[in-house]
Amino acid sequence: MSQQTDEPAAAQASSPVATGAPRPGPLAAVRRRLPRSTFGRHALVVLLALVAVVLVLELTSPFRNSQFATMSYYAIAAAGLTVLTGLNGQISLGHGALMAVGAYTTGLLLGDDGTGLPLLLVMVIAAAVTALVGAVVGAAAARLHGPYLAGATLALAVAVPGLAIYFDHTLGGEQGLPVASPDVPDWFADAVYFLSANETPTAKYLAYLGWGTLLVVLLLLANLMAGRIGRVWRAVRDDEVAAELAGIRLGRVRVLAFVVSAVCAGLAGSVLGVVVRLAAPSGFTIVLSLGLLTAVVVGGLGSLEGALLGSALLVFLPPAVTNLGIGAGLDGTQAAQLAPFVYGVVLVLVMLLAPSGAVGVVKKLWNRSRTNRRGPSTRRTG
Amino acid sequence: MQQFLNVTLTGLGQGAVYAAFALALVLIWRSTRVVNFAQGAMAMFTTYLALTVIEGGQSYWVGLVVALVAGLVLGAVIERLVIRPVEGGPELNAVIVTLGLFVALQALAAILFGSTFRSFPAPFDLRGFTVGGVNIAFTPNSIYIIVAVVVVMLALVALFRFTDLGLKMRAAAFSQEVSRLLGVPVGRMLTLGWALAAGVGSLSGLLIAGGSLVFPAYMDAVIVYGFVAAVLGGLDSPAGAVVGGLTIGLLLSYVSGYLGSELVALAALAILVAVLLVRPQGLFARTAARRV
Repeated sequence: MSQQTDEPAAAQASSPVATGAPRPGPLAAVRRRLPRSTFGRHALVVLLALVAVVLVLELTSPFRNSQFATMSYYAIAAAGLTVLTGLNGQISLGHGALMAVGAYTTGLLLGDDGTGLPLLLVMVIAAAVTALVGAVVGAAAARLHGPYLAGATLALAVAVPGLAIYFDHTLGGEQGLPVASPDVPDWFADAVYFLSANETPTAKYLAYLGWGTLLVVLLLLANLMAGRIGRVWRAVRDDEVAAELAGIRLGRVRVLAFVVSAVCAGLAGSVLGVVVRLAAPSGFTIVLSLGLLTAVVVGGLGSLEGALLGSALLVFLPPAVTNLGIGAGLDGTQAAQLAPFVYGVVLVLVMLLAPSGAVGVVKKLWNRSRTNRRGPSTRRTG
Repeated sequence: MQQFLNVTLTGLGQGAVYAAFALALVLIWRSTRVVNFAQGAMAMFTTYLALTVIEGGQSYWVGLVVALVAGLVLGAVIERLVIRPVEGGPELNAVIVTLGLFVALQALAAILFGSTFRSFPAPFDLRGFTVGGVNIAFTPNSIYIIVAVVVVMLALVALFRFTDLGLKMRAAAFSQEVSRLLGVPVGRMLTLGWALAAGVGSLSGLLIAGGSLVFPAYMDAVIVYGFVAAVLGGLDSPAGAVVGGLTIGLLLSYVSGYLGSELVALAALAILVAVLLVRPQGLFARTAARRV
C-alpha cells in the first residue's frame, strides 16, 4: 500500500510498550496510569466514547440523531473495509453488495410486522450469513490483486442488486423489502429516562443501536489489528514472498481478512435495514460501495479513526455541499449531485497529494513536531 | 429457432460494442498498467456532448466527430493531469484515482446535463430486416455498429503495425527505459495511448447509446462487461479483447434471452470468476504465467 513506509513506525508510536525511553512531562504520568493490556486500553477508549455518544445523542435534535444513526452504519462498513484494504491490501468495490446481503437477511428474519426473531439475534444471523458470502467471495478474491480484484468486486456490486429483482417474490423486486422497525425496549427507555430525563423515540434508539454496534466492532477490530492477526495481515500486504517464507499461508490469511470485513459489512447492512426500514436494490448501488471507499481513503487507509472520520464526512458533507449548490443557483436534483462530485474529486486529490489520508497527514505532522522538539538524533522518526 | 437466431444476432451487435470497450481498456492497460475504471464515465460524458450537439440541430455525424474528438482530448488531459503522478506507484492508488474520476464525471454529467433519461438518435433504421417473411432482430443500425467497430480496429492495427508512431507507442508500452534510451518520447506516447483509448471508448459509448436511452449511469454495467471481456481475452492482447468482447456479447445475450435480463450482471460475474480461476492469463496471453 501507499503508506508502507510509515505504517510500522506509526503502529509503534501508538503503542506505549514500544516507545523506548520514557519521556518526562505530564503525558508520561498519564501514560503510566493507563491499563497495561492492549485490550484494557482499547476498552477504556471505547467506554469514554460511549459516554460521548450518550451525551451527543441526548443533547442533539431528532434530525441529528437520525444522521448519527446513518453515520454509524457507514462507519461499521468503513471500519471493515479499512481493515481489508489498508491492512491486508485487498481492495473491495463490493462492500455495498455485502451490506445488501446483511440488510435483506435482516428484513426477511424480522418479518414485515416485527413478529420475527429478536433484533440482536437477527443481527448476529445477518452477520453470519454475510460472513458466509464473504468467505466465498474471499476465496475467489484471495487469488487476485489490484485491478483484477477491483474489477471482480465491481462486478459483484453490479450483479447483486439484480438478484433481488430476479427473486421478486421473496425479496420484493425493485420496490424493495420493507424492514420492520424495532420497538424501543422498556428497560432501555427507562435507563435513558433515568440518565437524562428524555424520552426515547425510535430514531434515537436506532442511533444508540448503531453506535453500540459500531463501538463493539471498533473494539474488536482494534484488538485484532494490534495482535498477531493484524501483524500477519500487514506482513502479507507489504511483501507476499517474505510473508510466505515466514510460514504464513497467504490464501487463508486473505480469506480471513475478507470474512472479518464481510461480517462488518453485514452488521452495517443490518443496521441500515432497520434505520432506513427498507432494503431495496436502489439503496445498494455502486455509488454506495464507492462512497465507502472514499470514506476510508480520505480518512486514511488502515486506520479506524480514519474510517470514523471518513464516514462522518459521508453523512455531514452532502447536506452542506447541497446547500452551497442551491445557494449558487442550482436546482435540487443538480445540487444533490454535487456531493458525489466532491467525493470523486477528493478521492483523486487525496491519492495525488496525500495518499495516506487525513490520519496519515496528522501522524506525519505529529511525528515531525516531536522530532523537532526532541532533536534530530532520535531514531524513531520512521 | 427464430428466437435463437434473434438472440445470437443481438448478441453479435452488443458483442461488437463490448469488444470496442474492452479494446479501450486493453490499450490503456498495455501502455500504463492501469485498468481505467473511469472509461465508462468518460464515454458517457462524451456521448452527452454529442447529444447536446445533435439536439442543437446538427446531424448525427457531427455529433460523432464531436464525441470522438472530445474523447481524445479528455483521455490526453486525464492521463497528463491525474494518471501520470500515480503511474508506476502502488497499483491500488491508480485504481482509486480512476474510481474517483468515475464518480466525479458521473456526478458532473448529472449536474450539467440532468439525470433524466433522454433518448439518443440512431443514424440508421432500427427496424429489423425481413428474411423470407420473418422479421429478424438484425437492423441496419446493427450493421453500422459492426462496421464502425471493424473500421476502428483495422485503423488501429494499421497504426500499430505499419507506422513509425505505432512502433514508438508499442516500444514505450513494452519497455519504458529502453525506449527512452533510444529516443522515444515515452511520456508523449503514453498520453497519446490514453487519448486513442478514450477515443475508442467514446465510440463504444456512442454506439451503445444509439437508438436507446442515455442517463448518467448508463455505462455502469458496460464497464463490468468490457472488463470481463478484456480479462477473457487476456488484458494484454487487442485481438483477445475483440474475441472476448464478441464472446461476452453472445453469452450475455443468451442469458438475457433465455434466463432473464436481471441475471446478466450475475452471469458476467460468474464468467469473470471462472476465467480468473481456470485460465487467469486469458485466452490469448503471450506470457505463460501472470499474477492476477
